[in-house]
Amino acid sequence: MRRALPGALSPVLFFAAAMAAPFVLSNQYYVSVMTLCAINALIVLGLNLLLGFAGQISLGHAAFFGIGAYASAILTTTYAWPIWAGMLAGVCLAAAVAWLIGVPALKLHGHYLAMATLGFGVIVQIALNETTWLTGGPSGFVGVPRLTLFGYTFASDRSYYFLCAGTLALAVALSRNLIASRTGRALRAIHTSEGAATAMGVHTSRYKLFVFILSAVYAAVAGVLYAHYLGFVAPASFGFHFSVQLITMVVLGGMASIWGAVAGAAFLTSLPEFLRALENIDILVYGLVLVLCMIYLPGGLAGGAAKLAKILSNRIAGHAGRA
Amino acid sequence: MPDAPEALLAISGLTVAFGGVLALCEADLTVARGSVTAIIGPNGAGKTTLINAITGMVAPSAGKILLNGREITRLPAWKRPRAGVARTFQNLEICSNMTVLENVLTGAHRLIGYSALDSLLRTPRFLRGEAQARSMALGDLAFVGLAEAADLPAGQLPYGSQRLLELARALALKPDLLLLDEPAAGMNIRETRLLGALIRRIRDERGVTVALIEHDMDLVMDLSDQIAVLNFGAVIATGTPSEIQKNPQVVTAYLGE
Repeated sequence: MRRALPGALSPVLFFAAAMAAPFVLSNQYYVSVMTLCAINALIVLGLNLLLGFAGQISLGHAAFFGIGAYASAILTTTYAWPIWAGMLAGVCLAAAVAWLIGVPALKLHGHYLAMATLGFGVIVQIALNETTWLTGGPSGFVGVPRLTLFGYTFASDRSYYFLCAGTLALAVALSRNLIASRTGRALRAIHTSEGAATAMGVHTSRYKLFVFILSAVYAAVAGVLYAHYLGFVAPASFGFHFSVQLITMVVLGGMASIWGAVAGAAFLTSLPEFLRALENIDILVYGLVLVLCMIYLPGGLAGGAAKLAKILSNRIAGHAGRA
Repeated sequence: MPDAPEALLAISGLTVAFGGVLALCEADLTVARGSVTAIIGPNGAGKTTLINAITGMVAPSAGKILLNGREITRLPAWKRPRAGVARTFQNLEICSNMTVLENVLTGAHRLIGYSALDSLLRTPRFLRGEAQARSMALGDLAFVGLAEAADLPAGQLPYGSQRLLELARALALKPDLLLLDEPAAGMNIRETRLLGALIRRIRDERGVTVALIEHDMDLVMDLSDQIAVLNFGAVIATGTPSEIQKNPQVVTAYLGE
């Protein structure tokens, strides 16, 4: 049991560290970068449940992020819904769309599923661009109100960061619980062999649909947080490019690792901000960092950290043995 | 049918076609409760297709499959473990992304009662169900002799142990009928002998009826209560090992005219 304890405590530790961060990095700019990290980590966490654990790819996940963001933005601004209702509607709409798309698309495997979800993502972006009367078109949708819940307005960047980090910590805890359960094992079994999973009584199509909808919900929750944070949404933020970036975050963080998802999202979201200092060659260095990570950290950041921990503990054990 | 109570599995007129090829052609087979039945035959005779049809992985175009007297011919594959069927695979289908114990727990999927909501919130029901499943799974691992390896990543096990793990995972389903697709493939003589003893224990201690496809004739002759011979998709002979050895049709199928 001794070894299990830190594992159970880690979401709590993470939550504490995340809550303490803005006091250390009190600069407004850092806080806003960390807020975006938390929002992206939420999407990547959901995508990792789908891709890393259940082995089903989605190249259109930015669309669910966009559906959540736009639905809440439009309902609370144009139609003056209460913000909580708009957010709830945004998440529910994304879940409903995921259900509609998932039922036919998840019958496909591998490249075909990638193509189908890619197509879906492109369609959503075109729809956001073309329905100018509703979404404001390519120039975006402005004037989204700041989030107010139970009479409290998250006006300061710091308070908004606490909300996003808290949501992320909750999502981490729920994901960990799910993975270490009957459902999580069924999903991981589907990843390696749908045949074996079926032979063990797993209703594979139902589980695939479940995790697809769940990952869409994660993305949509991130979307509504995003819309009410920036106060502005534009179709360019929810396109194919961002979908690919999300996949990169999953792979770079570490497939099938909860902490890897958080680390990958935080790393790739903040990296361009740090590289700004390099001015003209920042995109080159960004590419170089990605290439080096893929060569030297095939298991992603999570795999690399595990390897490092193992080396260190062996070394400490070696010292203790000699002493 | 006077013998209905003893027959756990009764297959009649089972036909499976892949395009124009008949993989199974009106095959009949009866497996008595509490027996070990070996299914043998030349390559391409339809042995694996027979197991796939029983487990619902291919759809037969004609015929009937009765398990415990209940027709399961059209039952969806994922519901068949509930009806009492478990299987292993010719090419190992171990979940290498999980530990050995988690693999066996996956086998116990249908026996775990809590819901997804219970697991999200770690309710007492989840903890109770998980503890129960865990102790059952450890029991199954100990049964095949892999208790020590419970926390290892499944992919790290040597080949022979992965075969045993698949067996433990299938046993975790608490099946009435266990179908083994070439369980001794790739095993050495010593491992094969231990496997034979293990299959016997599965029948005697667990009360599980076993049907297996196997090419190792020493194992088949030693282990089986009944042997069914498949050739060109049809069962051409059934009987005890000594009857099968003397059957001229079987000798022809194996050695040619």
